[in-house]
Amino acid sequence: MAEAIQIQKASAPAIPLTQRLPKTKGWKELVRDIWDDNPTFRMILAMCPTMGATNMAINGMAQGLATLIATVASSATVAALRTIIPAEVRLPAYMIIIAFWVTIVDIFLRAYLPPLSAALGPYVPLIITNCFVLGRAEAFASQNSPGLSALDALGVGLGFTMSLTLLGIVRELLGFGSLFGIQIFSGWTPWVIMIIPAGAFLLVGLYVGIVKHFSPGGQIGGGA
Amino acid sequence: MDIFLIVLGAILTNNILLTTFLGICPFIGVSGEYASASGMGMAVIFVLTMTLPANWLIKHFILDPLGVSYLSLIVYIVTIAFLVQVVEMFMKRFLPALYSSLGIFLPLITVNCAILGGVLFAIATWNLGFMESVAYGFGGGVGWALAIILMAAIRERLRFAPIPEGLKGPGIALIIAGLMAMSFVGFSGMINIRDFGG
Repeated sequence: MAEAIQIQKASAPAIPLTQRLPKTKGWKELVRDIWDDNPTFRMILAMCPTMGATNMAINGMAQGLATLIATVASSATVAALRTIIPAEVRLPAYMIIIAFWVTIVDIFLRAYLPPLSAALGPYVPLIITNCFVLGRAEAFASQNSPGLSALDALGVGLGFTMSLTLLGIVRELLGFGSLFGIQIFSGWTPWVIMIIPAGAFLLVGLYVGIVKHFSPGGQIGGGA
Repeated sequence: MDIFLIVLGAILTNNILLTTFLGICPFIGVSGEYASASGMGMAVIFVLTMTLPANWLIKHFILDPLGVSYLSLIVYIVTIAFLVQVVEMFMKRFLPALYSSLGIFLPLITVNCAILGGVLFAIATWNLGFMESVAYGFGGGVGWALAIILMAAIRERLRFAPIPEGLKGPGIALIIAGLMAMSFVGFSGMINIRDFGG
């Protein structure tokens, strides 16, 4: 039986990668995490950095990428250790793994990109309490291989980075009249509301509404 | 006098939720009903008032003398998880009524960014003293509870309001929070907690 399957596998015609890729499990996970389960606009998770670190496009992008690296590393570690960690103490163990990776990202940012680190302030260490980092570890990485878990975390991280960058672009454009630090509108009257906290809440609310209006599928719900 | 000003400042001018965006996930997720919102608010007041002095002592008497401040994040989060567990056991034994009303919210507080955020702002960023940290912890908790209770009250009123389909649920909650944050801007500049730091 096993031999027969092997023969069948070997004689299957080679499908080009561009057609094969969208059908693989990893690719499906990736797309689902980026769009259908987008952490910010769909799941309403990780709201603190979404609002606190998006007053400029570059800050939003940096916060997104920092979270992406921490999520991928934590998910892969959790998946690699999933058979060793006892079920009763898994949540504290996951928290320590996540805190470890976030500390490394934080130290790296402080050493190599000090201005960015200063601009993001405590929102980088706060990745530890980012709901979806623990959420991916608990829901996905605790049951899957390290490779697939890293891919899953990559999808969530990319979706998060995309959302944060989009928010940062709008807030910076209206609040400062610039984009990634380059002045776009000359003589622009800044919308102060876009820089203060109120603007962040209003904008995220509108984004959530727009996403739900044009693409009603997927899950929208508040997390904890 | 300073202590009183810090409590007031933590509630109004430096509201942990509406000015520093900490603890928004439970703020949106749990504010649908008034009873659960006030339960969550009480739990946050309790835990924040306990964790700030605890982490202050750990930083000043263990981490700094040993020169291992790079471990601070790991130590803070473990302390918070541990304290939440202790608070939970204590309440179960001595305050069963409050314990059953808080229910699932108590364990969830470990991953509430308002707690770790409060610790990071007070101890790492502003470098407050011990009593000031206690005051900030209590005031910050009260400020967070105030915001979520106000929000729950507003959302109960909105239950039958004609809201556009896409904005129902979290969308309108975020926009209300935006309007609330705008009204809290009116307090800004009155007190600045940063001035009390060392």
